[in-house]
Amino acid sequence: MIALSDYLLLAGLMFAIAVAGIFINRKNVIILLMCIELMLLAVNINFVAFSHFLGDTAGQVFVFFILTVAAAEAAIGLAILVILFRGRQTINVDELDLLKG
Amino acid sequence: MPFETAFLATVLPELILLATACAVLVLDLYLNDEQRGWNHNLAILGLAATLGTVGLLSNNGVTIAFSGSFIRDPFGDLLKGIILILTIFTFVYSRDYMRERGLWVGEYHVLVLFATLGMLIMVSAHSFLTLYLGLELLALCLYPLVAFDRDSKPGAEAAMKYFVLGALGSGMLLYGISMLYGATGSFGFADVAEVVNAEGLENKILVFGLVFVLIGVAFKFGAVPFHMWLPDVYQGAPMPVVLFLASAPKIAAFAMATRILIDSLGALQADWGEILMILAILSIGLGNVVAIAQTNIKRMLAYSTISHVGFIFLGLLAGTQEGYAAAMFYTVVYALMAAGAFGVLAMISINGLEVEQLDDLKGLNDRDAWLAAMLALMMFSMAGVPPAVGFFAKLLVLDAVVSVGLTWLAVVAVVFSIIGAFYYLRVIKLLYFDKAADSTPLRLAGDAKIAITVNGLAVLLLGIFPASLLGICNAAFSG
Amino acid sequence: MAFLYLLIVLAPLAGAIGAGFFSARLGRVGAHRMTILGVGISCALSLAVLAGFIWGDLKVFNDSIYTWMIADGIRFEIGFLVDRLTALMMATVTFVSFMVHIYTIGYMADDEHNWPQGSLAGKHSYQRFFSYISLFTFSMLMLVMSNNFIQLFFGWEAVGLVSYLLIGFWATRESAVYANLKAFLVNRVGDFGFILGIAAVGMYFNSMNYSEVFAQAPQFADTQVAILGGVSLMTLICILLFIGAMGKSAQVPLHVWLPDSMEGPTPISALIHAATMVTAGIFMVARMSPLYELSTTALSFVLIIGAVTAFFMGLIGLVQNDIKRVVAYSTLSQLGYMVAALGASAYAAGIFHLMTHAFFKALLFLAAGSVIIAMHHDQDIRNMGGLWKKMPITWLTALVGSLALIAFPGFSGFFSKDAIIEAVGHSQVFGAHFAWILLTVGALVTALYSFRMYYLVFHGKPRMDEHTRSHLHETPWVVTGPLIALAIPSIFIGWFTVEPLLVSNWLGDAIHVAHEHDSLHALAEHWHGQMAFIEHGMHGWPFLLAMSGLGLATLIWWFGVKLMPNLDALLQRAGGPLTRILQDKYGFDDFNQRVFAGGGLGLGRLFWNAGDQVLIDGAVVNGSARSVGRLAGQVRWLQSGLLYHYAMAMIVGLVGLLTLYVVF
Repeated sequence: MIALSDYLLLAGLMFAIAVAGIFINRKNVIILLMCIELMLLAVNINFVAFSHFLGDTAGQVFVFFILTVAAAEAAIGLAILVILFRGRQTINVDELDLLKG
Repeated sequence: MPFETAFLATVLPELILLATACAVLVLDLYLNDEQRGWNHNLAILGLAATLGTVGLLSNNGVTIAFSGSFIRDPFGDLLKGIILILTIFTFVYSRDYMRERGLWVGEYHVLVLFATLGMLIMVSAHSFLTLYLGLELLALCLYPLVAFDRDSKPGAEAAMKYFVLGALGSGMLLYGISMLYGATGSFGFADVAEVVNAEGLENKILVFGLVFVLIGVAFKFGAVPFHMWLPDVYQGAPMPVVLFLASAPKIAAFAMATRILIDSLGALQADWGEILMILAILSIGLGNVVAIAQTNIKRMLAYSTISHVGFIFLGLLAGTQEGYAAAMFYTVVYALMAAGAFGVLAMISINGLEVEQLDDLKGLNDRDAWLAAMLALMMFSMAGVPPAVGFFAKLLVLDAVVSVGLTWLAVVAVVFSIIGAFYYLRVIKLLYFDKAADSTPLRLAGDAKIAITVNGLAVLLLGIFPASLLGICNAAFSG
Repeated sequence: MAFLYLLIVLAPLAGAIGAGFFSARLGRVGAHRMTILGVGISCALSLAVLAGFIWGDLKVFNDSIYTWMIADGIRFEIGFLVDRLTALMMATVTFVSFMVHIYTIGYMADDEHNWPQGSLAGKHSYQRFFSYISLFTFSMLMLVMSNNFIQLFFGWEAVGLVSYLLIGFWATRESAVYANLKAFLVNRVGDFGFILGIAAVGMYFNSMNYSEVFAQAPQFADTQVAILGGVSLMTLICILLFIGAMGKSAQVPLHVWLPDSMEGPTPISALIHAATMVTAGIFMVARMSPLYELSTTALSFVLIIGAVTAFFMGLIGLVQNDIKRVVAYSTLSQLGYMVAALGASAYAAGIFHLMTHAFFKALLFLAAGSVIIAMHHDQDIRNMGGLWKKMPITWLTALVGSLALIAFPGFSGFFSKDAIIEAVGHSQVFGAHFAWILLTVGALVTALYSFRMYYLVFHGKPRMDEHTRSHLHETPWVVTGPLIALAIPSIFIGWFTVEPLLVSNWLGDAIHVAHEHDSLHALAEHWHGQMAFIEHGMHGWPFLLAMSGLGLATLIWWFGVKLMPNLDALLQRAGGPLTRILQDKYGFDDFNQRVFAGGGLGLGRLFWNAGDQVLIDGAVVNGSARSVGRLAGQVRWLQSGLLYHYAMAMIVGLVGLLTLYVVF
């Protein structure tokens, strides 16, 4: 039997990997988008696990909403990426430093 | 609880706004470039109708609909009303700016309307799910708005930064919500509150949940150290978008903070109060100090926003009814001041001039004395000079903090406010004592002038007669 | 009723805002119509309120309109207390103000000549002036109608503000700016005492509301405060408040600003510096009578200051040659009479004299203004003479004003001044005897300076230059109309009001007099109607002295000057050192200039050099500004512009907060 804590640990690790990906990655913006997806998936695992162990389906409903929002978010993220690339011909995270100070 | 048609009446304002947004979306397809004004008119009409409906449905009672996921109460009605008014102001102030740059298209109106809908939902949320959906609707509209000028490199960069950090922030909020769900078995505010009242902080999962959720709130406000997106987004986005971003969403964020922290986690006030205290000190300190070094006016006002957020947190962390009311007063007042200040900046960014640097404000008094006076009034108010309302807002917050025995905190806040007064007064010096490079008088639209006058008078009169708004704020938390 | 009272207050404010902010759009006529309408409304309503108290059964109104804030349990409110005292003040203030508004149309008609060519401040100065006087009316009404100390202070400062604005109205003249600054500084001294007094009230009574404070006052009658080796709380509060009144009502030694304030245009000399604002101190003390009655020391202080002012300021009037300054010193002297009445606990007599004085002194000032218009803004009485033929209305009304001023039997001033002297004679407080002598001899002085001026201006040979003489003519109706309107009450108002005010206690509860202080008691007891009062007065010293003064003045400045045109100058020379003392105004100005101004300047330089420049500017202000600037310059680079640093900051925040909670 897999315990609740195992699921939570997995989700926690996935969340940590996602967050680490966001600030360790210095090259490609697309990887950032992937990390964001990963982060949301970690949250989903949390919700499903809790929902299962609490015997309450509402948590799984939340997951569906999160998936939908994630899809919209990805679309907007990619759209912004496109105009970013169009403007400066690069999607290197290191070069996004026009605004600072 | 089964679905009842009566619930639809409770969400009538939201439905009207949704219908308006969809109508603008469709209408825009049939308009040619000369007829774009209809988008504008329809949007304002829809907002006014929504505002009217909010007023009509308003009463002193509380209605909870849709299985406890939606709430209508006087607190929410007031905040919704102000959000709608500020959105109308946004449209009026921004028209000439957007039209001149070819950005006055249907999508702009649709995005702003959907963002407003998201805010209304946030204000009325009574469960974490509703709150999350409202929040995302707002955020997903704001990202493209920031990049609305597609040819602007800073705009795209700001949007990207906002998007990534925003996603990170909402990811953390979601993670926190999942923890709270795990600890309490529910995500309705009332149910969570019940469990939290009974158990306190015994459950470590709840602690995780609390911290993560708080970070979500702090991110939305832009409190240090979750503020990093704010200066860059303000600087990169077009002025009308900054105007919108700086005013109404702050009110929605306040509603979110109140609903989560007071309505549902009220029993943990001592714990989140401490976190807010750290964030408040950092925000007031960093915001005021770094603003001094800025030469870009949008960036300067961004840091000023951060310091005002610190003041709002001061009111919340006091944990008393007086403190909550003071924080609410401060938020409303801040949103009015920000709308007025950015409104003036948007209005003078015409005829090819893009007001970016502080020096662009030089001698505004010679170009349009009334706008200069309004901007000066906003600056005085933000600096906290009586009789402008900003003084009163600060006074109330500080009074609340002092009355719970945190005098040292009030002293710290005052010291940093004094430092902060410098950069506001510098703007006034530029307005009145420097010569403009180009002193041709500005020609402004009548409705925008009326709007800025109403906005300015509100800031002045609320300062002289604060009791009306303060009374409503107090009433919102007395129940 | 609250709405009515609010309208009375706000109508002039609306006029002031309109004329002030939209001066260009309204134009001259629009501005004066708007302000006159505003003041007219409030005048008509004030008269109606007064009538309601006299003939109707209007109830005393005492309520708060708006709570501004509550700090430490003390409510800061806007509220009105309208009782008979207030109604009387309201009617007087708005009536005089209304007259002055109309008069101003004539007086300021060619104001552009008073400004240098192309001066920016001179643009729309006409509208600005109307805006100021309407604003003044608003402020004064706020002051007299207040039901609490905060609003009283607001009104007090607001009338002060308008007064400074108007003294320095002709801002391009150096003398006006000097007078303006002087008025401001001297009033600061008074206001310092006043606000300390209010603070003491707040500290001990924990309320700002009059009725709450008055109700508690008797409990504090024996409280001692450990200052200066222990003084009674009531004495402290009363004297502090009275210091404020000394500033505003120009009592010795804070009187020095009033003569200089004549630099302002004449209508405001009449309205502010004679009829209304300067009487605010008298009104305030009368309003605070429940407090003053608890301190005999304070009463005696008030009495002596008043009597000294009344006598010694009147003497200076004898040697002045500027027509407005003569009237100004006469105002100082009359204010002294009112203050002395307060000291003798004859508050009703003080208020009575305040009212009659408001009419006849406004009349005298406006008449002086009318003369000044005719003389093309030459104010020196040595250059006048024989004006009665050319300006019959001004002449007659000025005569009425002068007779009222010297308390000629039957005129309004007679009743009020005689009552004051009588009351002081009956007073038992320390110094009453001394005060009585000064006030009685003062009647002689009053008659001398009033009629010296009257004869020199209106009679004798014309002494002005040929050009002025050929242009001499009566002033237009907007000027003479108010003169006539003010002359009527100057004659009759005393006759009609003496009985209710002094005898049958019409003011009622508005004024509280302790039994043992009741100096008007004797007067009321022997009351047999106005005629009997006049007859009784004609057997008294004040009357005899006033008549001999009148006679002496006629002898010297009418007959004497006819024979020897330079008699006035000769007499002044013959006075020798006495004249010099009076011309130096007892040296108050020099003393202030040397000791306070000079000393202050020296002290200021010392602090500036040693403290400010080195310590504060060098180390604290600029030092901290520099370090904040440096800090800001460094901290801003935390905002590196790089996305991963931003994310890092959030993670650091998250980990920090989690550690705080999970570990601790």
